[in-house]
Amino acid sequence: MSDAKDTAIVEGRALVQDYSMPGSLFTGSKQVRALKGIDFRVAQGKTLAIVGESGSGKSTLARIIALIDAPSEGELLIDGQPIDITRRRPGPEMRSKVQMVFQNPYGSLNPRQKIGDVLTEPLVINTRVPAAERRERAEAMLQKVGLQPEHSNRYPHMFSGGQRQRIAIARALMLNPRILVLDEPVSALDLSVQAQVLNLLADLQDEFELTYIFVSHDLSVVRYIADDVMVLSKGEAVEQGSREALFADPQHPYTKALFAATPVTDLDAIRARVQRRKEAREGQTV
Amino acid sequence: MAQLNIRNLTVKFATATGSFTAVDGIDLHVDPGEVLAIVGESGSGKSVSMLAVMGLLPDTATVTADEMTYAGRDLLRMSRSERRKLIGREITMIFQEPIASLNPSFTAGFQIEEVLRLNMGMSRKQARARALELFTAVGIPQPEQKLKSYPHQMSGGQSQRVMIAMAIASNPRLLIADEPTTALDVTIQKQILDLLMKLQEDYGMALILITHDMGVVAETADRVTVQYKGKKMEEADVLSLFESPKSAYTRALLSALPEHATGERLPTVSEFFLPEGSE
Repeated sequence: MSDAKDTAIVEGRALVQDYSMPGSLFTGSKQVRALKGIDFRVAQGKTLAIVGESGSGKSTLARIIALIDAPSEGELLIDGQPIDITRRRPGPEMRSKVQMVFQNPYGSLNPRQKIGDVLTEPLVINTRVPAAERRERAEAMLQKVGLQPEHSNRYPHMFSGGQRQRIAIARALMLNPRILVLDEPVSALDLSVQAQVLNLLADLQDEFELTYIFVSHDLSVVRYIADDVMVLSKGEAVEQGSREALFADPQHPYTKALFAATPVTDLDAIRARVQRRKEAREGQTV
Repeated sequence: MAQLNIRNLTVKFATATGSFTAVDGIDLHVDPGEVLAIVGESGSGKSVSMLAVMGLLPDTATVTADEMTYAGRDLLRMSRSERRKLIGREITMIFQEPIASLNPSFTAGFQIEEVLRLNMGMSRKQARARALELFTAVGIPQPEQKLKSYPHQMSGGQSQRVMIAMAIASNPRLLIADEPTTALDVTIQKQILDLLMKLQEDYGMALILITHDMGVVAETADRVTVQYKGKKMEEADVLSLFESPKSAYTRALLSALPEHATGERLPTVSEFFLPEGSE
């Protein structure tokens, strides 16, 4: 398949997701449309960032791509093949292709499970790899993400937030997936740790030719990591394009509002603000 | 005279494995009408030092300081009842999780009127009228209706506005805001920061803003103090801090900002700055 059109590894066609809100005694149930027809395609080894505020539907879309939820309408294609998880549960082969990393590394690891078991569990469920090799692979993966093999005997509470997010990434990589869905993977982390995790993600992408679906609300992080960006607002993709185009010349008013609201650490902006405040103060005292 | 002046503040917690020093000899002062940002990552002791000022730390904490004065009055040696007259009236605080800070069983109006009746000695009628005024001042849409709403019926941004309304109800001289926008979306964050800055200017109060977000610092602070593991790393006016940071830690923090990334890789703090006893 050399045709450029066919190189998309993940593709969504008119994806719609409806949630029904249970009604009360006197009112009927209500349908809420969380996604209103989303189209996208991501090429192998690239990063698509999905940007939006809470309630925009970005996590809903991430869950559809990660094969957790089925869309109400529309089609999801992985490697050019349409996937319908309502008709057939995805088998081990499909599960190995797509994996997910969640936002909160404190909530996504079982506190009673040792790290070694956390990492080998996907292999136990999806493969027939023998125990000795599972352990070996888990220890190798720990080193890949910047931890030590001896960490496999420890429990999640013994790790910091950044280390736990590394563990969550390691677990997602155990099946050698081709697509990694990352739902706000650095939002819960401190700035210094965020930089380490972003660097790790960049290294892993190079090494394994991973495709990332990167959900975030932080435009500065998106600018650093994305190739393409989709801006979601109230379930609609209001703007979609390459990172360069979108950051150089945002078109949609919502995208512009997002940019305007993002704090800037630019020296000229700070200088202007300090000057404004000084003038306002002098105006008061006169 | 400084609105708040702290010299050599140390806070220790008694834990099962011995004493843990959360704040280690911090000096800090804020002038009337000034916006001071305290920046640090989790574990830097930035919230603990302000909770010590408010007297909100648990009994396991030991607070010592050479000086802790509010407008020249000694907070450490003041009687409990005297201190209670200051805290919540002249010094107020808002917290990170607006929804968790409100009582889910009472309406927003009841909670703010309670503050006004208890702290300001207002009658029910006066309190009702003042609550409406405050809700309007902090930009809550349909304020009359929102007074009757319960916290779960409001969005995060609206709840934070309610918290701000309560905090400014007594016309405080010092407002401490602990990560007031961390739980909020970026467009709402902008609105809340703009509101805090406007109120700060209108009321002329001193504002201490605790944050880990350098962007928030750049958009609000007059002066900044940077903390790391309970110690003060640097203190500077906001422009000098961003223009020519003196401490290695501040430089590391600034270069770890994704928008400052120049090359392929983000410099990490540990590349610049190896603290003692790091992993």
